[in-house]
Amino acid sequence: MYDTIEQFLSSNAIFTLPTLLGYWDGLVMTVQLVFLSLIIGFFLAVPLAIMRNSRNLLINRSVWLFTYIFRGTPLLVQLYIIYYGVAYIEGIQESMFWPIVREAFYPCLFAFVLNTAAYTTEIFRGAIAATPRGEIEAAKAYGMSYSQCMRRITLPSAFRRALPAYSNEVIFMLHASSIASVVTIVDLTGAARDVYAKYYAPFEAFSFVALIYLCLTFCLVFGFKTLEKRWHAHLRPLQS
Amino acid sequence: MNQAVALEVKNIHKTFGHNEVLKGIDLKAHKGDVISIIGSSGSGKSTFLRCMNLLEVPTQGEIFLHGEQIQFKDKRSRSGDRVPADIKQVERMRSKLSMVFQGFNLWSHMTVMENIIEAPIHVLKQSRAEAIENAEALLNRVGLYERKDYYPAHMSGGQQQRAAIARALAMNPEVMLFDEPTSALDPELVGEVLKVMRDLAEEGRTMMVVTHEMAFARDVSNEVIFLHQGVVEEQGDPKKVFLNPESERMQQFLAPKY
Repeated sequence: MYDTIEQFLSSNAIFTLPTLLGYWDGLVMTVQLVFLSLIIGFFLAVPLAIMRNSRNLLINRSVWLFTYIFRGTPLLVQLYIIYYGVAYIEGIQESMFWPIVREAFYPCLFAFVLNTAAYTTEIFRGAIAATPRGEIEAAKAYGMSYSQCMRRITLPSAFRRALPAYSNEVIFMLHASSIASVVTIVDLTGAARDVYAKYYAPFEAFSFVALIYLCLTFCLVFGFKTLEKRWHAHLRPLQS
Repeated sequence: MNQAVALEVKNIHKTFGHNEVLKGIDLKAHKGDVISIIGSSGSGKSTFLRCMNLLEVPTQGEIFLHGEQIQFKDKRSRSGDRVPADIKQVERMRSKLSMVFQGFNLWSHMTVMENIIEAPIHVLKQSRAEAIENAEALLNRVGLYERKDYYPAHMSGGQQQRAAIARALAMNPEVMLFDEPTSALDPELVGEVLKVMRDLAEEGRTMMVVTHEMAFARDVSNEVIFLHQGVVEEQGDPKKVFLNPESERMQQFLAPKY
C-alpha cells in the first residue's frame, strides 16, 4: 500500500506530496468554514424560525426582511459586501476587532452564517407551521406551558419534518463554500486553483478537488440517512 | 348527590366573530358523575367542552375547579377575547382535567409509551421510573401493553384512542373530558373504546362526554345534557330524558331518522 502510494507520487509531476498537503490544508479550511457556519447558522435559525411564526407582525416581518435580503441576493455579492465593506466602518481599523475582521476568514464566516441562517430559518418556519394543530392542543390540554410545548412537541416534530430539506441546505452550503476562495481564503477550491496556477493543469487540479467534494457529500448524505432512519421511524410503514 | 362538586361552570357564553355559539350554559359535575353532552352538529357541544379547559376561552362566564375560580384579566385582547390572569393557574388546572380528542391527537413522533409518560414527567414532575411503571399498568388496563413501543401511525384508530385514554389516565385527572371519542372510528372499532370508557365510569371517574353514542349516554351516564343552538334544551336523568323528553327538539333529535 505504502509502496504504491510512493510510486504514484514519484511517477507524476503534479500530485506530489506538497500538492497533496496543499489539498489537505484546503480540506481542513473548507470543513472548518462549513461546519462552523452550519452550527452557528442552525442555532440562529431556530429562534428566528419561531419568531417568523409569531403572530406579532413586527417580529414576524423583521425576520422576514432578514431572510428576504439574504435569500434574495447572491452569496458572492454578500461576501463582497461584508469582506470589503467592514473596512469602511468608521473607527473599525482602530478598534480591537480589526485584527479579527482584517483576516478573510471571519468576514467570510460571517457571510456564510447569515446566509445559511436565512435559508434554514425558512426551512424550519415551514416545518413549525406544519405541526398538526391537534398535537399542540393536546400539549396545552395536558398543562404544558408554551416553552414546554415548543421544546417537547413542536420543535422535535418540526426537525423531523425539516430533515430532508435541511440536508439539502447542508450540501448546498458545502458547495457554496467554494466561493470563499475569491476572498483569498485557501479552501479546497482555493487549493485547486493554486495547483492549476502552478502546473497549468486545470483538468487534473479541478477533477481531483471535485472528487474530494464528492467524498464529503457522500459522508453528509450517509450521515443524514442514518439520522432519518432513527428519526423517521414513525413515518415508515410497519415492518412485518 | 351529596358528593363534592368537582367542576362547575356558570353562564358560559362563547362568541366567534358575530356568531354566538354558546348562550349561557350552567353545569355542575359532582365527583363520580358521568355527564353526557348530546346534540346535533353545530349545537355547540364540543365548544362547550373545550371551554372547560380553556382551549376556547369563554366570552363570558365563570369556571370553578374544586371551588377554585379561573381568573381573567379585566382588559380583553384586541380580538375581544378574555385573557387568563395567571397562565400558571390555567396550566395547573388543565393538568387536572385531561382531555380525550376526537382525532386522538397523539404526538406522532413518540411511541405509545413516550406519549403516556410525557406529561406526567414534564408537567407533574414524576420520576421517569414512576411514570413508566404507572404507564405499564395503564397499558395493561386498556389492552395495549404489547404495543407500547409502536408509533401512533402504526396502530388502528381504536388502538390509538385507547392509547390516548391511557395518556389521559396517566395524569390521574380529577375530571376527564371526552370530545366525541368514537366519532372518528370505524364502526367495528367503536366497541373497544366504549368498553374502556364504561370501565372508567364504573370505577367512579368523573367524566364529561360529548358523544353521538346514544346507548352510551343512556346506559352509562347519570346525567344527560341536550344542547341545541347554544342553549340547554333538556337536562336530567338519562332514563327520564330518553324515555319522556319534554322539549320538542329533543323528541325530534331522538326520533328515528330513517
